[in-house]
Amino acid sequence: MKPAQFDYYAPASVEEALDKLAELGYEGKVLAGGQSLIAAMNFRMARPGSLVDLNNIPELSYIKPTADGGLAIGTMTRVYAVEHSPEVAKRFPLLPEVAHYIGHAQIRRRGSFGGAIAHADPSGQLPGIAKVMNAKCLIRSKGKEDRWVDAADLIIGPFMTVIEYEDLLTEVVLPPNPPRTGSSYQQVARQNGGYALAACASVLTLDDKNKCQDARLILMGVGEMPILSDKVKEILIGQEPTEEAFKEVGEAVQSEIDPSSDLNGTSEYRRDLIRVLVPRSLALSLERAKKGS
Amino acid sequence: MAQLIPIKVTVNDTVYERQVEPRLLLSDFIRHELGLFGTHVGCEHGMCGACTILFDGEPVRSCLIFAVQANGHQIKTVESLGSPDHMHPLQEAFHEKHGLQCGFCTPGILMTVVPFLEEHPHPTEDEIREAIDGNICRCTGYEKIIESVQAASEKMSSGK
Ligand SMILES: Cc1cc2nc3c(=O)[nH]c(=O)nc-3n(C[C@H](O)[C@H](O)[C@H](O)COP(=O)(O)OP(=O)(O)OC[C@H]3O[C@@H](n4cnc5c(N)ncnc54)[C@H](O)[C@@H]3O)c2cc1C
Ligand code: FES
Ligand code: FES
Repeated sequence: MKPAQFDYYAPASVEEALDKLAELGYEGKVLAGGQSLIAAMNFRMARPGSLVDLNNIPELSYIKPTADGGLAIGTMTRVYAVEHSPEVAKRFPLLPEVAHYIGHAQIRRRGSFGGAIAHADPSGQLPGIAKVMNAKCLIRSKGKEDRWVDAADLIIGPFMTVIEYEDLLTEVVLPPNPPRTGSSYQQVARQNGGYALAACASVLTLDDKNKCQDARLILMGVGEMPILSDKVKEILIGQEPTEEAFKEVGEAVQSEIDPSSDLNGTSEYRRDLIRVLVPRSLALSLERAKKGS
Repeated sequence: MAQLIPIKVTVNDTVYERQVEPRLLLSDFIRHELGLFGTHVGCEHGMCGACTILFDGEPVRSCLIFAVQANGHQIKTVESLGSPDHMHPLQEAFHEKHGLQCGFCTPGILMTVVPFLEEHPHPTEDEIREAIDGNICRCTGYEKIIESVQAASEKMSSGK
């Protein structure tokens, strides 16, 4: 199908974009990579009155180291650029590992890093990954103070965030991980580039006695939002990271998820996937934490 | 009244100036405004890959870009590769190895594989499979496509 009529604006700077968004109010919508929005418009599931295109704002595309050893990523940085950045690979190997699974290369060439988070698709990877990495999102709008929102607080429901009509997500900051941290991603999908039936990512930090200093786990595709597990912390922090403990986490998180059934997999099947994927991811993260990466 | 926006786009090294409605997809612009029917449209939601073109050298879905967004950019479509008398080595390889049956998916696959072979002149089978995982082919079962890409990489690296 074809999109419904809309007005189009292509501001050349962030300030201009904020002015336009403030002026348009409910009528306006941000166009980033368009890899979700234009598809939805072609189906007429989305019928925005006006689009404010960010593709002509070069100042929104960058990957910059922060003073504390983290990274700041401009919202319009293409997922493909994040996937292939040596800077990202060095500090956050989890990102290229995950990005590889997002859609197809042609989608990642255009889809933006911030757009994928702002879209808050419950089957998408990056909203959950931003959460498990403790990312901070910079939200700007005209006439208001800049706001820093934790990725964990950004997403409030399926396809719903605290980003309002006049707001722009401009930057995502990833704080550095302590030494002896390892991370990994696991997913099962029907085919390459297909949305995952179930997925998880874990980040483990070891103390100098090889006990778990910190453990973070995000469960994706098995609820209305990416779910940050509390159970993993209850079971692992301060403990020896053993295979048995990882299996216990896989069982315990069952109470935290609420997968639905669809054509591609039943709720029971998705639960079972999580039971298997969680210990796998934790074991891989442990191995990497021991290597200090 | 619908907005009409003037754009200037370079497609296959020719500069075109047109007035377009914002809602016109780049795929439809290429086909209906420019008459370049080599770019195929299968699904219009990014799934099938038939509409893949090069946008400033990068393979992307032309059904998920508006024509207005191409203003000032360089587009290459399958027509840029070669002609029936002077085929691109990749087209020759598809011809020789039966890399197509109905040919619907072929333009998108070619435009995906051209930049892929530039970055991977000697690809493994797994790399080829991954490179075309965003292109759906209903006919060939992919085996012949993979053979064709392998044959093309050999042709191209031996300079034939
Ligand atoms: C065939 C196909 C397969 C895909 N597979 C996957 C997959 O496996 N996993 C996955 O995670 N994704 C997948 N995607 C989606 C893809 O990753 C999208 O690129 C991404 O979800 C949205 O990013 P975008 O830059 O294209 O945003 P757009 O589509 O432009 O925008 C999405 C939404 O976010 C809003 N938005 C975007 N940027 C901002 C901003 N800076 N400030 C405020 N609001 C903003 C827009 O207004 C819109 O509502 C797939 C897409 C396709 C077409
Ligand atoms: S028509 Fe564009 S991907 Fe199918
Ligand atoms: S040759 Fe028919 S779809 Fe690929």
